[in-house]
Amino acid sequence: MGVTTGGTTEVTPVQAIGAAPVRGGTGRRALFARAAVATALSGGRTVLDTLRSAPPLTLRQTGPGTVHLVATAAGPLGGDDLGLSIDVAPGTVLTIASVASTLVLPGPEESAESVLVVDARVGAGATLVYAPEPTVLAAGCAHRMVVRLTLEEGASVSWREEIVFGRHGERPGRCHARFDTTAGGVPLLRQEFVVGDPAVDASPAVYGDARCVGTTLLAGPAFGTPPGEAVISAGCAVLPLAGQGTLVSALAPDAPTLRARLTWGETQILPA
Amino acid sequence: MSANHDDRHHSPDPHGRALRLGVGGPVGSGKTALVAALCRTLGPVLRLGVVTNDIYTTEDADFLRRAGVLDPERIVAVQTGCCPHTAIRDDIAANIDAVETLEERFGPLDLVIVESGGDNLTATFSRGLADQQIFVLDVSGGDKVPRKGGPGVTSADLLVINKTDLAKHVGADLTVMSRDAAAVRDGKPVLFTSIREVPEVYSVAEWVHGVVQSWAHTQAHHPHGPVVPTANA
Amino acid sequence: MDAALLLLADSRLPAGGHAHSGGAEQAVRAGAITGTEDLARFLRGRLATTGLVTAALSAAACHLAVLLGSHGEDGGRPWTEPSAAAAAESETDARAAWRELDAEADARTASPAQRYAARTQGRLLLRSGRRIWPSPVLDTLAQAVPDGVHHPIALGAVAAAAGCSRHDAAMAAAYTSITGPATAAVRLLGLDPVVVHRVLAGLVPDLSGVARTATAAASGTVEAGVAARGTAAEAVLRIAWEELPAHAAPALDLLAEQHLRTEVRLFVS
Ligand SMILES: Nc1nc2c(ncn2[C@@H]2O[C@H](COP(=O)(O)OP(=O)(O)O)[C@@H](O)[C@H]2O)c(=O)[nH]1
Ligand SMILES: [Mg+2]
Repeated sequence: MGVTTGGTTEVTPVQAIGAAPVRGGTGRRALFARAAVATALSGGRTVLDTLRSAPPLTLRQTGPGTVHLVATAAGPLGGDDLGLSIDVAPGTVLTIASVASTLVLPGPEESAESVLVVDARVGAGATLVYAPEPTVLAAGCAHRMVVRLTLEEGASVSWREEIVFGRHGERPGRCHARFDTTAGGVPLLRQEFVVGDPAVDASPAVYGDARCVGTTLLAGPAFGTPPGEAVISAGCAVLPLAGQGTLVSALAPDAPTLRARLTWGETQILPA
Repeated sequence: MSANHDDRHHSPDPHGRALRLGVGGPVGSGKTALVAALCRTLGPVLRLGVVTNDIYTTEDADFLRRAGVLDPERIVAVQTGCCPHTAIRDDIAANIDAVETLEERFGPLDLVIVESGGDNLTATFSRGLADQQIFVLDVSGGDKVPRKGGPGVTSADLLVINKTDLAKHVGADLTVMSRDAAAVRDGKPVLFTSIREVPEVYSVAEWVHGVVQSWAHTQAHHPHGPVVPTANA
Repeated sequence: MDAALLLLADSRLPAGGHAHSGGAEQAVRAGAITGTEDLARFLRGRLATTGLVTAALSAAACHLAVLLGSHGEDGGRPWTEPSAAAAAESETDARAAWRELDAEADARTASPAQRYAARTQGRLLLRSGRRIWPSPVLDTLAQAVPDGVHHPIALGAVAAAAGCSRHDAAMAAAYTSITGPATAAVRLLGLDPVVVHRVLAGLVPDLSGVARTATAAASGTVEAGVAARGTAAEAVLRIAWEELPAHAAPALDLLAEQHLRTEVRLFVS
């Protein structure tokens, strides 16, 4: 098991089992991969206890308590079955980012979905910042994304998700994303985003004329207190949740605008 | 299972609660002015709450709050979704909710006034919402209005014909209005007012005080029944 | 379909629904709905998101109400014993079960303005529902969430009290999720009501699909709970409600918050 305690270490993937070896347009077969990162507390500092990559999910430590997802293969591609497990031990701090946006592509088999499941647990008093670059839904893709985020007592999280509906001028493929967050065993936020049915996507009730949707969930003592009431500006709403947490929710015509809106929203949270 | 203290959904209990007085009538006839006047005159002797059904915004509620006639918290605005008559007649749920919220927060109360958003002559309050209702007309609509009747004019417990100060300017004959109203109202009272000239509206306040007292009397045996001071209004 | 569904879904049901536009008023103000074509898109999107979520919550609440209300009948709640203490305990459990489902609705409603609108409508519906179809289950629900339960939960519980099925409850929720905004748009834009009804008629297949999906989701969730936990008693308290749909509508959230901050408004939401 790849164990690193400091410095920048590329960890050899220990698990990258090829699925049906069908060659697609991008020149690779569908993948089954399980990547993992876990922290531990050592002498009051955060160390990485586990850092396990599995292409196309390759994790690199880029700083103390900081891990980047780097693309070592195209995709996700239709047929890929990918899992990422994140375990932030009590009292530790972990940041996960990515180097570039994720381009979701159709696989060799038209109907095959790509699946990405992210399971994250943030222990008591721990802090997780999850801020990867956007997920871009290329034409013809069929993607399923599941995020299960479990916050223990006093855990803090800043979790950003950005979905871009196709590359420039392109109609997006299909995507079904689901985010479930519980805090202390109680549901904090449950949201599904479905993209790919033009009649619904373009509805003024859903995304309207936006081409990107994004959210940042902020919860826990490290990220200050939610505003007393919702704050809004063009295409962005800062929404205090029923539980302890705030959702910054934004729609935008393009990815830079989306990022700017989310960033604005994040600054509306009162500092800790 | 019976209603208890943490149950805010209890069905309206006909006993032991405030009298609910509906104030209806066309837009601009002087309903809000009348409610303000009643609060001013009756405020010192009755425990009051007010619900307004504004057509736009919370204008009436804001006016009343600014007028300083009542603790602003005791004035609640209800939106009616373009249909002021629906909110007082067909679907009174939001108004009932507002009335009960006031009673819970400030109760016991003696009187809760519900002002309608203003509508045509056919709009009246449901008996499920208002125990008594006042219909407010003004003279500027012409002296034929009472003769035309309509449920508001004919069935309201009290008909108020306001803005008598304008009668001479609009050529309205108050005797004609009085006679026509009496003819269609079967002996129920009609009062003429000029809230502009007599902002205390003693005559209407006296009528309201009377109905509040008889209401309190009918439920005097109820343990939570309101106690109406008998001071002169 | 139970005939009571007609009463429950009727816009004349005196439960305050007429004063809510479901975001339509703000969409009209923002220029996002200008005519029947925009309205059709608005309604289709609303049905596929909020409509589905509320339909599933409503079906779930109907199911829960039946489980909680079944004591005394054919064997009844397994944990109900004829002692006062046990009765009080089961009452406490029942309230906890309602609060859990209500918390699931909260977690699916990120916008405070939408939560406020949902709780206001739920409180009004439950108040009227208790007078129309009196039931101890509705009393328990009212006491479990005294400030007002989320509307679809009230709707499902009232549906159960009225004798409707889960599917009826889901249908009522899906139906009202689009008829309210449609009526509001007719009033606000002076649209031809016949044309708007044609739009609604065009959505009938979607409505049926949403009600079916929602009912299946709710039933699957409850049955999985019962299968995993053995007794209905344990199941009621630990049903995996997380499985219910949670489709977000970011534009509706924005519209709801903008609406609350607009000075001139005719509708509550
Ligand atoms: N001349 C005159 N104006 C009045 C009288 N009572 C009210 N008004 C005015 O009539 C207008 C409409 O009154 P308001 O109470 O808002 O009417 P509402 O729409 O029925 O509530 C306001 O400008 C009042 O000042 C009155 O007795 N005489
Ligand atoms: Mg007025």
